[in-house]
Amino acid sequence: MATSQNLLQPKQTTGGIVTKIFSKQIVIPLIALMALVLFNLIADPSFFHITLKETNDGYNVLAGNIISVIDYGSELAILAIGMTLVTSSSGGQDISVGATIAIAGSVVMRVLCGENSAPTELQSSIIVAFIVAVIVSMLFGAFNGVLVAYFKIQPMVATLIMFTAGRSIAGWINENKIMNISPECSREFAYFGNNIPGIPVPTPVFIAAACMIIIALVLKFTNLRLYSQSVGINPNSSKLNGINPQTVKLITYVILGVCVAVAGFIKVSRLSTINYSTIGKDIEMDVILAVALGGNPLGGGKFNITASIIGAYVIQMLTTTLTKYDVKSTEIPAYKAIVVIILVVVSAPVVRQKMTQLKKKLTASKVGKEVS
Amino acid sequence: MKKLVKMLVSSAVVASMAIGLSACSAGGGTGSTQAPTQAAPTEGTTAAAQTEAPVDTGDGLIKVGIINNDPNESGYRTANDRDMKATFTEENGYEASFFYSLKNEDQIAAAQKFIQDEVDYLLISAAGTSGWDSVLQDAKNAGIKVILFDRTIDADESLYEASIVSDMAKEGQTAVDWLASQGLSEYNIIHIQGVMGSSAQIGRSGALDTKVAAEANWNIITQQTGNWSAEEAQQIVQAQIDAGKKFNVIYAENDDMAKGAVQALDKAGISHGVGKDVIIIGFDCNKWALQELLAGNWNYDGQCNPFQASYINDIIKNGAKQKTVIMEEKGFDASKITQADVDQYGI
Repeated sequence: MATSQNLLQPKQTTGGIVTKIFSKQIVIPLIALMALVLFNLIADPSFFHITLKETNDGYNVLAGNIISVIDYGSELAILAIGMTLVTSSSGGQDISVGATIAIAGSVVMRVLCGENSAPTELQSSIIVAFIVAVIVSMLFGAFNGVLVAYFKIQPMVATLIMFTAGRSIAGWINENKIMNISPECSREFAYFGNNIPGIPVPTPVFIAAACMIIIALVLKFTNLRLYSQSVGINPNSSKLNGINPQTVKLITYVILGVCVAVAGFIKVSRLSTINYSTIGKDIEMDVILAVALGGNPLGGGKFNITASIIGAYVIQMLTTTLTKYDVKSTEIPAYKAIVVIILVVVSAPVVRQKMTQLKKKLTASKVGKEVS
Repeated sequence: MKKLVKMLVSSAVVASMAIGLSACSAGGGTGSTQAPTQAAPTEGTTAAAQTEAPVDTGDGLIKVGIINNDPNESGYRTANDRDMKATFTEENGYEASFFYSLKNEDQIAAAQKFIQDEVDYLLISAAGTSGWDSVLQDAKNAGIKVILFDRTIDADESLYEASIVSDMAKEGQTAVDWLASQGLSEYNIIHIQGVMGSSAQIGRSGALDTKVAAEANWNIITQQTGNWSAEEAQQIVQAQIDAGKKFNVIYAENDDMAKGAVQALDKAGISHGVGKDVIIIGFDCNKWALQELLAGNWNYDGQCNPFQASYINDIIKNGAKQKTVIMEEKGFDASKITQADVDQYGI
């Protein structure tokens, strides 16, 4: 009853609807989100207060924990989009996103600053810097993709190369200089990671929303979903059906590259500087966690990007909640680990089987009672 | 055939990774591996091949072998390497060979190579503290003088001429003394720490912790590690603001984290800097940070002196006066700093 078989059965008992809802993938991150919301409501409802504050530059912005969550969660959500696709098509994760964010960020700063580490004026327009970063990130994405798709190296192993080398490459790009764009040099550059004057909602939120709309359109009007799912489920049979698994995998890695460039751009804009050894540190783990929390099978195949995105915000909410309660930032990963453990255990086939059996037993006894 | 190619490629990949991994583990996960000018090292034994080939002497130059950490490691290291390269030049009477690695064993192998090359001085900024005894003994037997800089090692004092180090605890103490001299009626401090357990963190936290424990009007609002990262610091301060906490001092253990904290303050419309609501304290004296001081946006920046070359030069030319030389380190007050300070001390 609890498995997808019941989708084929037209019978709609009350129990049927409940199991149907719970068999939906999106429920997993939603439950996690609800749990966090409930916890915060009970512990301290002021978590949800949103106020309008005047910044030091003299314009009004929204402030509050919830705003922090959707603001800082933007990069995670954007990366979760790409990571979900990569997971689906290649059955593995890209662990190099933190390092490639450092590369993308360095490229942005290098193009904007040129040779000078503290320029008095931008050496090129911001859009050019962004486009160059996107292209470079796509190339690094393609590098990972080629290793995975054509050389059939395990994704985690293939991306380990960029994971170890990426930050050094980022260091070479800006010649180990600490690039810094001061407000006197360009006020506009900081808009992308903070607020545009007069608009109280942080800009990263809009950028993330734009990415979500774009990916929704792409999935609607192309065969990307079908192709990457079929490649993820069975590359050989999709090959027999005329889909080239290599190309599909490569494309998903390149898409992740674009996501990385966008996230890196937001990150450097937030602080108008870059420290390649700390930027986006350990972000890959949060992103993979978001995909897992979204209930996507990490072994590839079917995926649900909406669920991953909700997963990303849940992770950020968890981080913000823990920071709010002054949990030591060294201890935060331990709490995240608890979430991972619960997830892994719940989604383990053995547990699932047991759960199904339990449900069957329960319904059987119910039916038995009704009959008697 | 195809299989063979695949096997070759994958084994090459695995090999390159193994190198990357081991390099990374020694680097404490800061992400940097090798210097750009350097060929990828294979293993410790061939490390010697990477040292820039020393030219033969006989022209009266002092031969020095310099073993340093990767200049990619941090802005501090980059400034340190630039300083060494600028001092140990032929014009100053030196013939210098450089070796960079974040791996202790590679550094030791390089030291052995330098001993074989019969350098006059061996200058070492060790990646790790242990394992140096035998190679330093070899150097002593060969009549080579060893000077340690920036990092100390666990070896007998007789094995080296001098060690030139920063005193992180003193850096913290100078900053805390400065803060105390501001005479606030109450100190409500957000303390953003570096990577826990690093010597800079221990030194800089220690002074503040002692002071807070001793004074009744010094309170820690929150004490969190920002892992040297501006982003993390920004989120920590943001969370405190969102929670409505009141504070008037931000003690960030490096400039990046101070910058992240300031970003959060700016967003919340909290004024900071000279004569404003919140006092901003940073460390390391990056050029951009000193400029913030000059503009009055920050209040204090503590130096972590990367310029050991002049001290070493002095010891080589005039002999060592003491075993441990603690470098002079300044703390800059925003109300007193000048453009000349920014140019001279900014890294």
